[in-house]
Amino acid sequence: MAEASRNRTEMIVFEKVVKQFGDNVVLRELDFAVKPGEHVTLIGPSGSGKTTILRLLMTLERANSGTIRVGDDYLTHMERKGKLVPCDEKHLRKVRRRIGMVFQQFNLFPNMTVTGNLIEAPVRVLGLSKDEAVERARGLLELVGLGEKADAHPSQLSGGQQQRVAIARALAMQPDVLLLDEVTSALDPELVAGVLNVLKDIAKSTDITMLCVTHEMGFARDVSDRVLMFDQGQVVEEAPPEKLFTDPDQQRTRDFLRAVLERK
Amino acid sequence: MLWDWDYAIEILPELLRGLVLTVQATLLGSAVAYLLGLVFALVRRSRIPVLSQAIWLLVEFVRSTPLLVQLFFLFFVLPDLGIRFDAFTTGVIGLGLHYACYTAEAYRAGIEAVPKGQWEACTALNLPPYRVWTGVILPQAVPRVLPALGNYMISMFKETPLLLAISVLELVGAAREAGSDTFRYTEPFTLAGIFFLLVSYPAGVLVRRLERRVGFAH
Repeated sequence: MAEASRNRTEMIVFEKVVKQFGDNVVLRELDFAVKPGEHVTLIGPSGSGKTTILRLLMTLERANSGTIRVGDDYLTHMERKGKLVPCDEKHLRKVRRRIGMVFQQFNLFPNMTVTGNLIEAPVRVLGLSKDEAVERARGLLELVGLGEKADAHPSQLSGGQQQRVAIARALAMQPDVLLLDEVTSALDPELVAGVLNVLKDIAKSTDITMLCVTHEMGFARDVSDRVLMFDQGQVVEEAPPEKLFTDPDQQRTRDFLRAVLERK
Repeated sequence: MLWDWDYAIEILPELLRGLVLTVQATLLGSAVAYLLGLVFALVRRSRIPVLSQAIWLLVEFVRSTPLLVQLFFLFFVLPDLGIRFDAFTTGVIGLGLHYACYTAEAYRAGIEAVPKGQWEACTALNLPPYRVWTGVILPQAVPRVLPALGNYMISMFKETPLLLAISVLELVGAAREAGSDTFRYTEPFTLAGIFFLLVSYPAGVLVRRLERRVGFAH
């Protein structure tokens, strides 16, 4: 691992990350890395710690121990005189700027229009002028197929439309890494395809790094370069999707996939 | 005769001046309560050491003691400390401070009712704390709190007669003053009661309408 920690070509590196809630250990000394532009999908049973990984990266949770790196920077630490110390707010904001997240429950701001949602952070955080931000928002709404909804309020949109707005909102910050946390789980079945198609387009047409927690195995197969099977806070198996979904090495992976496919 | 119309009409202007003063004290006191209550709620939430606890102590103290005692304290004790306001200003500060300790609680409930996902979206977008509050949290929290704030204003309106104790000639004070000239109290106090009713009742209806609208919005 000492070798890998000097290898700064990775976009995301987890090293010996431990996260526990009370007595419940969610991540046990987790190690894994994601390359720039790579699309990685995390699968596994509920409670296996997949979502926690995304929440740690988005700084919505703090690890109990271990380090997380994004590009050249530690996420919640900084180097001072060769030692790692907890970082300050300024450092955190700088690193966080490289990461965007789409949530299961969309979390659009209901007090703003669609355009308002999309320009808020570019104007307030990136310092874009309002015109520039609106221009960027317009382009992104076209990308997600909602060009005509610019002035709508979130409550006037279907779940699928809201989620596509949320994707556009995350992209408006032009992050290096996009975290997708079960983005179709809260949607009616007929709305899932629209959201997944948008994400497939983004995966194909941009060089954004994607880290995705999903139960949509078809989607995982289509967009992923690599799939990680999780259980009990550890990576059980990782492989390209064509290998992992058809010929997994681990019994636990086989059991999980069978259970998921039977549920469908 | 129990009721003298001529006398009632004669004291009307005096009572109306009292009513105007009462309404002014209520509006200004409410403005203080709304602003200060928000500040209290935000400071308590901020968990700034010492300051946050100090506000907690103040709020608990004010909520556990009578408004009348607080008014006397402001009016009689503060001047000894070199802080001097006229009676009306003291009354507005007293009402405002007292009710701020209740509106703070309403704001707190409103802020807590904003879903956790909204905070998380703010973090994910890296919004600065100032914008999180002014752009996202308060615009969602405050509308929910408006009916409660309205009810506190009505309560305050009905408590303004306490200002009489620090010699502010609001509506009830004016009625008593009118009566003490003639020893006839029926007309002045009846009229004072009617004035309170004429303001409070429509205000109550308005707040209930607001409650329904806020209820529909969620």
